[in-house]
Amino acid sequence: MGSLVFLALVVLLVGWLISAYNGLISLKNQTLNAFKQIDVQLKRRHDLIPNLVNAVKGAMDFEKSTLEAVIQARNQAVKVNAAGPEAIRQISQAENALSSALSRLMVVVEQYPQLKATGNIGQLQEELTSTENKVSFARQLYNDTATHYNTKQQQFPTNLVAGIAKAQVADLWEIEEQTERAVPQVDLSTKPKA
Amino acid sequence: MSDDASRNLFQQQEANRRRTFWLVFGFVLFFAWLGFGGDYVLYLYTLEASPGEYHHSFPWFGIALSLVALAIAWYAYKTGPEKVLWATGAREVVDPQDPKHRQLVNVVEEMAIAAGVPRPRIWIVDDADPNAFATGTEPSNAHVSVTRGLLEACSRDELQGVIGHELGHVKNLDVRLMTTLAALVGAVALMHDGATRVLRGGIRVGGRGGGGSRGDKKGGGGVLLLILLVVWIVSWILAPLITQLLAIAVSRKREYLADAMSAQFTRNPLALASALQKIESAAAPTAKIKRGAAHLCIADPLGRRFTGREGFVADLLASHPPMAKRIAILRGMGYAQIKKDGGVAS
Repeated sequence: MGSLVFLALVVLLVGWLISAYNGLISLKNQTLNAFKQIDVQLKRRHDLIPNLVNAVKGAMDFEKSTLEAVIQARNQAVKVNAAGPEAIRQISQAENALSSALSRLMVVVEQYPQLKATGNIGQLQEELTSTENKVSFARQLYNDTATHYNTKQQQFPTNLVAGIAKAQVADLWEIEEQTERAVPQVDLSTKPKA
Repeated sequence: MSDDASRNLFQQQEANRRRTFWLVFGFVLFFAWLGFGGDYVLYLYTLEASPGEYHHSFPWFGIALSLVALAIAWYAYKTGPEKVLWATGAREVVDPQDPKHRQLVNVVEEMAIAAGVPRPRIWIVDDADPNAFATGTEPSNAHVSVTRGLLEACSRDELQGVIGHELGHVKNLDVRLMTTLAALVGAVALMHDGATRVLRGGIRVGGRGGGGSRGDKKGGGGVLLLILLVVWIVSWILAPLITQLLAIAVSRKREYLADAMSAQFTRNPLALASALQKIESAAAPTAKIKRGAAHLCIADPLGRRFTGREGFVADLLASHPPMAKRIAILRGMGYAQIKKDGGVAS
């Protein structure tokens, strides 16, 4: 009788071990996959930007600096090819810079109604909005999945299996405070700038 | 929150897989009952017949009807999404030229990324009333459909909320259950119409030929026969009603969940709330979407009276929860979020 109870306990324990291990592995892969999704969307954005700049270049001779900032940020972001634990931080820094350059461009386009009226600028804006949304939704999915993964591997009793499953805390994709703040400042007042 | 949400998601998917199985199983079982019941009635009826006449001893009807039901269920499961889309007259958006269509495609792609599902195929129903539905058997084989009225009425953010709601249905496999159900409801209605015609003809023939010589011959068998016959005929008559009630019961609770999932994807519950408000205030029924697919939609396309109410009767008769309550819940989420972020409502 006693040995039967013992056997049942062992079976239960092994069953739990397997399910906890598999749960962690599946979360790990989901996190990796979500990260790849961000990559895909960033790549899409990099490919889109040259077309975008070409489309508005003619109409926006007077806003050269804004366009140049976008191109520069884009080239910077494409160049980042980091690996290892620093990767996410470096990529996210470059991409955040690109994001803020793009939103400045959008604000500028918004400021010139005659620009909006000509041809496909409206459509272009839609594409740009969508691209930015796709990047940020991919980031959101990654952060949600990674948070879930991190919580799981730190919580008791799953944390006992975390070592076996080689689970490591996944970095979240942070939005840097200063770049975020720098984005939507449009001064439409008539007072001279300092 | 994320932990709870994903455990819930897994449970929802499991529950939907299970429910789809039981739905199909029950459907086949019901037809088996109709068939074997008919066989038994016929067996009792021909028991007293003289040796030279026909004796019904082999359950042909039962076997045939069970096989037919299996075939229908399989066919309904396989082609359900196509049939639903065909029934609403939706057209697929393949190469969007119109800016509104372009925007729809973009929004669907965005929400598919947020939900972590493959991009579904996109359809538009040419109807002026704002509404939307999703169909499919699994996330990799899913369709999202919106009406022309929705595209015209909603802003980009609102559209995002509605699409998020539909992808919520896709992600937790609601679409599988609801599409199979829609296809089966259609099949039952069709079969019922056909069978009623045959049955009516049969009774008329029986009445002419049989006369009154059955009841007095044998007491016990006759009563049993009568009871069976009544129950059997009643099940024939009730079949479409039962499937309708099933469709209604299955969809009501899910709408709240899909609303919550939409809020999770967009992080913008207020946009969905305002979209629902617009859908609600456009009172006209969605003419293109008929009874069979009503439970798939984000809002009741038939504009039924019971949708606005709570309680037992409404639970039985309305396919959708009251819009006011859904909007109130979403607003609650939205304001809680604003409060947490320390901002003010705009």
